[in-house]
Amino acid sequence: MMTLPWLDLPLVWAGLLAFAVLAYVVMDGFDLGTGILFAVERGEEDRDVMVNTVAPVWDGNETWLVLGGGGLLAVFPLAYAIIMPALYPTIIAMLLALVFRGVAFEFRFRAITRRARRAWDFAFFGGSVVAALSQGLTLGGLLQGIKVANRAYAGGWWDWLRPFTVLCGISVVVGYALLGACWLVWRTEGDLQARCRRQAATLGIATLALIGVVSLWTPLLNPVFAERWFGWPGIALTAPVPILVLLLAGTFWRGIVLKHHLTPFLCALGIFGLCFVGLGISIFPNIVPPDISIYAAAAPPQSQAFLLVGAVVLIPMILIYTGFAYYVFRGKVVAGTTYH
Amino acid sequence: MVDIDALFLARLQFAFTIGFHIVLPAFSIGLASYLAVLEGAWLRTGKQVYLDLFQYWVKAFSLVFAMGVVSGLVMSYEFGTNWSAFSDKAGPVIGPLMGYEVLTAFFLEAGFLGIMLFGMKKVGRGLHFTATCIVAFGTLLSAFWILSVNSWMQTPAGYRIDELGRFIPTDYWAVIFNPSFSVRLPHMVLASYLSVAFFVGAVGAWHLLRDRSNHAARKMFSMAMWMAVLVAPAQIVMGDLHGLNTLKYQPAKIAAMEGDWDSEGPAPLILFGMPNMKTEHTDYALKIPVLGSLILTHTLDGKLPGLKDFKPADRPYSPVVFWSFRIMVGLGFLMLGLGLFALVQRYRRRLYDSVWLHRAAVAMAPAGFVALLSGWVTTEVGRQPFTVYGVLRTVDSVSPIGLPGVATSLAAFGVVYLLVFGAGFLFLLRLMRKPPVPGEVGPSSLLPSRTTGITPGPPGGTPQKPSIALVPAE
Ligand code: HDD
Ligand code: HEM
Ligand code: HEM
Repeated sequence: MMTLPWLDLPLVWAGLLAFAVLAYVVMDGFDLGTGILFAVERGEEDRDVMVNTVAPVWDGNETWLVLGGGGLLAVFPLAYAIIMPALYPTIIAMLLALVFRGVAFEFRFRAITRRARRAWDFAFFGGSVVAALSQGLTLGGLLQGIKVANRAYAGGWWDWLRPFTVLCGISVVVGYALLGACWLVWRTEGDLQARCRRQAATLGIATLALIGVVSLWTPLLNPVFAERWFGWPGIALTAPVPILVLLLAGTFWRGIVLKHHLTPFLCALGIFGLCFVGLGISIFPNIVPPDISIYAAAAPPQSQAFLLVGAVVLIPMILIYTGFAYYVFRGKVVAGTTYH
Repeated sequence: MVDIDALFLARLQFAFTIGFHIVLPAFSIGLASYLAVLEGAWLRTGKQVYLDLFQYWVKAFSLVFAMGVVSGLVMSYEFGTNWSAFSDKAGPVIGPLMGYEVLTAFFLEAGFLGIMLFGMKKVGRGLHFTATCIVAFGTLLSAFWILSVNSWMQTPAGYRIDELGRFIPTDYWAVIFNPSFSVRLPHMVLASYLSVAFFVGAVGAWHLLRDRSNHAARKMFSMAMWMAVLVAPAQIVMGDLHGLNTLKYQPAKIAAMEGDWDSEGPAPLILFGMPNMKTEHTDYALKIPVLGSLILTHTLDGKLPGLKDFKPADRPYSPVVFWSFRIMVGLGFLMLGLGLFALVQRYRRRLYDSVWLHRAAVAMAPAGFVALLSGWVTTEVGRQPFTVYGVLRTVDSVSPIGLPGVATSLAAFGVVYLLVFGAGFLFLLRLMRKPPVPGEVGPSSLLPSRTTGITPGPPGGTPQKPSIALVPAE
């Protein structure tokens, strides 16, 4: 069987899965953020517009999460088999929240009575918040390390619940809300856009503050993380990350002040990307901190090679037609004139 | 019977969630193909009725599809949460197949779904039809991969087991085209088509009972009845082939399905009865001599396996398998019966005013879905006590999650699924209660999805080609 011996398959796959997760985080990030902003946007027509900016694309966005989970099972089955039971409560909560969020797209337009509509609006909002929160908790739980014995999770029920993980949970909610607000600045106009711009400004400041706290806390979790970030020569590699974050933050602010439509969104995406790079710096080459590396968790080379062949051909195609779908639904979304 | 332990609850949870899930994909698979046919017929003939039907059913499709997506997302993580030991061991074989499902099918469906649902006004007719066909093709691709996975768990091939107890693929061709795949995939696709045909037929019949002249209702009823009379026999033939295959590769399952305890030949067919796992006997059995051999070996004296050929620890729980199998087969023959009844009435030119035919069709609305679920129960419970048949036991597949954890999540799934999918089902019925009308409006006008371009162009996102008045003037 083909095994591609000249390739460092686990490394390539770690990169590809990291890409899938990042794609998920930024794309479903703004979807979920739009839902989170239902907390402050209460007008019925505005809510319709908000939902319609994401209705044609949310399914594709969520598919990256399926790729993240399915890909993990395929190429790092051990990691999948450890992380899912370890973070069982947060994963189940996320899945159930995404159930509510997903069906609300359809149901809220089909509800006849005002009360039912309000209820599904709440499901959309609640689903978005809980999904974001659980994702943050999952991330935090992973970062702080998972106890493993005999190729299986060996910790307790509540190991994942620590002040650090709660902080991560809140950060993700705020960060997604920022993405959502910036997305809406780009895709809407008029009063809604103006309000979203103000929300983006507040959320931008909050996100940066939270990023700061999480970044300072992470190295304290694990001496290896600290060595990576602050030891020499690592610091030469890591220093650009916070510097770039600050540069992007400045551009973001300029975009807000000058009322640009797209700049804030792009900057927010960039900041998320950099946080992700920072995360990679902390945990690489582990996939389940503190001690399971991508090599230990890897599926045998023939499994990884088999799926890689498809991924190399298919992922570019997926990006192309996903781009096409976004292109078809480009432009500002405005309130419709008719309901049936 | 079974003790209530974490393993049992994990199985219950998996069965519950996938039982909900599978109905929705089956609906999507059948409906997507039907929609592609409708749109194709409309483009070819230009007849308004096809477009009306398309717009009528596409609303149901968008509802069902959304529910299918969210329930499927749950499935893809549940392997890890409930069956982590299985994931660790079998992941190297089945993981890549599911990976291919995501890369080839899910992205394709998701990427073109938006255009199919909301894009009528934004892209040309040809492109829209292409999107519909791609979505339909995507659902079939997804069935291809996931059935390959499931078939491999039933009839594993193309692997070896390493020192850690992991399944290591040695030949992916043999993994994908494992011995039962070639019968499972067609049986499942036909099951989806039949399920949707009977649902569409029932909706048509329901509206015909109210208004015989409704043109669209007539059309959908007629189309559904053609499907019934063509696909039901095909499904019965496929089911027969499936049985032969199972006899060859999973004899214990066949014995449990037939309620046979002693291996004998010629073997009778037990029509009804109550298999008893304790006394190793099928009580109250109503037998027809020789027929068992005839059906399963196509000879008069072929020998069939009995459950006593297998150690008690290796036997599937026969009462469930026995009855679920009979429900499926019984419904299969009922469907054929309805199809033939409709054929007769069609021949007598009474297809649209045979009240009894319409009533029967309405009563059969859930028949396909019930048969489909019964089929899966037969397949899965019959595979017990293994997850990978004959190799990996279910007890060795489960996650290290304690009883309280699984019980809590099971309760949460129960409440959320019944609430959410219950509501979805009511929305669906509400949609179906309205008759299809000429100039039916699709989902795009339900949503205020008009957009103004940043690119220069007419405001309001009017179609580039105004001739595509798919959605009547707003
Ligand atoms: C015979 C077909 C079939 C079977 C046996 C299954 N599914 Fe399924 N699944 C589909 C056919 C399908 C579909 C028709 O392709 C769906 C329905 C709605 C959709 O989006 O695709 C789908 C949706 C769907 C999704 C959401 C895809 C998206 O986001 O677009 C996931 C993650 C899964 N499924 C996963 C599973 C798993 C893990 C299964 C087994 C345990 C499973 N499905 C059984
Ligand atoms: C889609 C329709 C399906 C239905 C309705 C279904 C139904 C069931 C049922 C009823 C059980 C419980 C059996 C028992 O414990 O007695 C079960 C278990 C299971 N099924 Fe399926 N199944 C389906 C498809 C699949 C597929 C496609 C896969 C694999 C990809 C799969 C993998 C499993 C696993 C891992 C278990 C748990 C272990 C076990 O109890 O065997 N199932 N399923
Ligand atoms: C009437 C004659 C039929 C026969 C003889 C038949 C036979 C079978 C057999 C032998 C199995 C395999 C169990 C196993 O070995 O795993 C099966 C599975 C199944 N059947 Fe049927 N069947 C019939 C009709 C139907 C109908 C009408 C439907 C649905 C509309 C249906 C849906 C299914 C499904 C979904 C499965 C499980 C998937 C699979 O294993 O392919 N069957 N059937």
